[in-house]
Amino acid sequence: MEEVALVSCGPLDLPGLITSTPHAPRPSRPRGSRGAPAPAAQPPAASPVASGHHRPPSPLVSQASLLRLYHRFQALDRNEKGYLSRMDLQQIGALAVNPLGDRIIESFFPDGSMRVDFPGFVRVLAHFRPVDDEDDGNRDPKEPEPLNSRMNKLRFAFQLYDLDRDGKISRLEMLQVLRLMVGVQVTEEQLESIADRTVQEADEDGDGAVSFLEFAKSLEKMNIEQKMSIRILK
Amino acid sequence: MLRAALPLLGLPLAGAGTTEEPTLELGSPGEPPPGLALFRWQWHEVEAPYLVALWILVASLAKIAPRVQAGLLDFLLFGSLISAVDPVAVLAVFEEVHVNETLFIIVFGESLLNDAVTVVLYKVCNSFVEMGSANVQATDYLKGVASLFVVSLGGAAVGLVFAFLLALTTRFTKRVRIIEPLLVFLLAYAAYLTAEMASLSAILAVTMCGLGCKKYVEANISHKSRTAVKYTMKTLASCAETVIFMLLGISAVDSSKWAWDSGLVLGTLFFILFFRALGVVLQTWVLNQFRLVPLDKIDQVVMSYGGLRGAVAFALVILLDRTKVPAKDYFVATTIVVVFFTVIVQGLTIKPLVKWLKVKRSEHHKPTLNQELHEHTFDHILAAVEDVVGHHGYHYWRDRWEQFDKKYLSQLLMRRSAYRIRDQIWDVYYRLNIRDAISFVDQGGHVLSSAGLTLPSMPSRNSVAETSVTNLLRESGSGACLDLQVIDTVRSGRDREDAVMHHLLCGGLYKPRRRYKASCSRHFISEDAQERQDKEVFQQNMKRRLETFKSTKHNICFAKSKPRPRKAGHKKKDGVANTEATNGKSPRALGFQDTAAVILTVESEEEEESDSSETEKEDDEGIIFVARATSEVLQEGKVSGSLEVCPSPRIIPPSPTCAEKELPWKSGQGDLAVYVSSETTKIVPVDMQTGWNQSISSLESLASPPCTQAPTMSRLPPYPLAAEEPRAPLDLPPDPRPSFAFPPSLAKSGRSRSESSADIPRQQELQPLMGHEDHTHLSPGTANSHWCIQFSRSGRL
Repeated sequence: MEEVALVSCGPLDLPGLITSTPHAPRPSRPRGSRGAPAPAAQPPAASPVASGHHRPPSPLVSQASLLRLYHRFQALDRNEKGYLSRMDLQQIGALAVNPLGDRIIESFFPDGSMRVDFPGFVRVLAHFRPVDDEDDGNRDPKEPEPLNSRMNKLRFAFQLYDLDRDGKISRLEMLQVLRLMVGVQVTEEQLESIADRTVQEADEDGDGAVSFLEFAKSLEKMNIEQKMSIRILK
Repeated sequence: MLRAALPLLGLPLAGAGTTEEPTLELGSPGEPPPGLALFRWQWHEVEAPYLVALWILVASLAKIAPRVQAGLLDFLLFGSLISAVDPVAVLAVFEEVHVNETLFIIVFGESLLNDAVTVVLYKVCNSFVEMGSANVQATDYLKGVASLFVVSLGGAAVGLVFAFLLALTTRFTKRVRIIEPLLVFLLAYAAYLTAEMASLSAILAVTMCGLGCKKYVEANISHKSRTAVKYTMKTLASCAETVIFMLLGISAVDSSKWAWDSGLVLGTLFFILFFRALGVVLQTWVLNQFRLVPLDKIDQVVMSYGGLRGAVAFALVILLDRTKVPAKDYFVATTIVVVFFTVIVQGLTIKPLVKWLKVKRSEHHKPTLNQELHEHTFDHILAAVEDVVGHHGYHYWRDRWEQFDKKYLSQLLMRRSAYRIRDQIWDVYYRLNIRDAISFVDQGGHVLSSAGLTLPSMPSRNSVAETSVTNLLRESGSGACLDLQVIDTVRSGRDREDAVMHHLLCGGLYKPRRRYKASCSRHFISEDAQERQDKEVFQQNMKRRLETFKSTKHNICFAKSKPRPRKAGHKKKDGVANTEATNGKSPRALGFQDTAAVILTVESEEEEESDSSETEKEDDEGIIFVARATSEVLQEGKVSGSLEVCPSPRIIPPSPTCAEKELPWKSGQGDLAVYVSSETTKIVPVDMQTGWNQSISSLESLASPPCTQAPTMSRLPPYPLAAEEPRAPLDLPPDPRPSFAFPPSLAKSGRSRSESSADIPRQQELQPLMGHEDHTHLSPGTANSHWCIQFSRSGRL
């Protein structure tokens, strides 16, 4: 995740784009929380090859959607702070109704940080870019998987379940999700039995929890690449 | 790829319409390379002669069909009807091959809307023809186009209105399930008629009616109605389909109805294939601009090839008015040929084609809870991401719609009870459990004794803590039954029998009970919260059982009355001493006898009472109570306290119910056959001490519901009598007295159980009961078993 340099977005002059705004998002980056690229990313006009990560050959998102996302980012950023806080995201009306809204918002703020800058914003959304067939062909096997790979999409979903970040969906966590998803008409006991059964179904090593591999396996029949993609993020 | 293909497609369109062949070749040469060209493409040099030649060719070809006398409008009319694609056959093939869902849905959707559009087009053209081409103004063409929208959208609106009505109506048919299928058919038909009346698209109206109401109606109507609707529909559909193809066959050989014209036929065949392909390619190209997963070439080929013409085209062409359309006969012949050709040739070859092209199949796998759950979460995640991105796409709108549906539509159109089941995750869970249960039963397992299995088929019970009790009872009961039968066959030396049976029962019953307990301990804990529900379920169980038993009871009373009392007397004498406590129950019995005009007068009055109380309480069998009449008076005083609630003359029936309620083992057995149940009831309690204790305690915790319930039960007429009566006489001969020797302990225990409802005596009674169980244990069991055996034996005799 850290490796992905936002600036790799092809021909678009991203640094230029960012500097054109009054508040460059870079400096306002959450300190410490995601420390790695901090020094290199410091100046807004930093060269596209910021901090010399090995970049995936394919950009995070296409140029057009990057622009689009940037506008959206600015629109969400109420006070032009250059970053988004939880409040900014919570004000999206539809998100409040979404049973998973809170968890989604939380996923924008890894490790409990309080703000997300534009690169972080894009990085999260990049999970939902449709998979390009052409990407796979010329991808260097040594490169890390692109964010929109099947596994990364699954991982994103998985961490929405796994609240305590222990790498497993416990029965309790499953129950919590179920409670969000299932209508109120189902009683608590029924929910519990559903949760039990769901965990049992996926749990292969019998530890009473669903690990990521088990999670991925339970969904192997599903076309995640298609399902977890949004067209406009192409 | 697509972008590259676009200019190729664009060019032919821009060029002359007739020049299909050159454009096809255009693709191969590509752009002329800068150097020496091996192959050069210079269309402009030959353009004029080429076109002239083509036109002449077309004109001469046209001469093949000189006989068809028809104007442009007539041909438009024909075109409109022959364009009606009827992919029924294709859909059947797709279903068989399990083609991928996208393709299936697209073809299916086409078939849904195509008929309607075709009919509208046909109507417009037909009216033009009837007006005569001379009278058709320019505005009429505009009107025709406009009417296309009015007719189709209006029809859809009518359909939705009726869908709403239908859903709303079925919400209130809980008590009249029988009319549900009728409602579905009639309201759908009403939609059809209404649309027809307003000269809107009736087919669209019906289609939209079905689309709109399905979710709600399906949830509202009963399962049987659903099946009825489904299969009636299918039957009707295939009937109609068959009839129309029969008509097709008949008119195919009726040469008076058609006139052959090879040019028209061949031309039509060629052009429908060609334009179908063209239409598919163009439209999918447009569609692909907006699709996340584009439709690929194979899909397009299959869709093009799937353009079968069927019943609709033929029906429409038959409807043509010969006076207005002089070329009708030619059209009929052409249509028949086209239909035959497409259905037979294409219909038969599409399956191999699908297989050969390796069209993506949809994997059919059993639904898993994980998948269902995760799919839901994914939907929500995507909707949320779309919100964040600020793009109101598919997921956004679907989320919106679902919320609207949940908030308003479902509330309005769905029954409360149905509403719950509609949750999809719950639905999957439910179905999984049903499947498990079925497979379990298929393997010969006993559902109720399988500890791990929670039956979702009775969600209310499941949720209820009390369920565990009933289930427990049921299990024990069932186990007991089996054992009993074994014992029945033995039938010798009673004591030995009893002992054997006791051991058998112990062995057989112990396990299931244990297991169950373990799995369900949770239920016990949470009991309080659901007390009310529990009570309800419990009462229902009791009621059911009471009814079944009543029938047996009455029969027995009338027929056996004499033998029974005697036996009772024998036994009772032993147990009489204890009777006091039992008396409490007897008053009811008394009342019952009076009213019920039971013949069996009291022979052994005092003793009887004790017995009756026991028996009644334990097992509602009618047999025992007969004798009570005399003794009851005494007890009334005591009983009144608890029983006042149900003072109706026929009090006897209630008394068993009360007892039943108190006595847990009874509640579970409603399902069992009458005889069996009576047997089991008696035996089970005795043998399964632990289970009993449990159940008693649990039951006590439930507020004793019997009193309120009792009166209603008592009033129920003993309708099942008739069925039982033939057996009753049989009962008489075999009244082996010995069997009825009730050990005192039994009497005591029985009493105690019965009393549990009564406030005061309960505690006192219970303690002896508990104490007894350790050592007395066996004796009551034996007594009961005897009794049971007698009973069953007599029945068989």
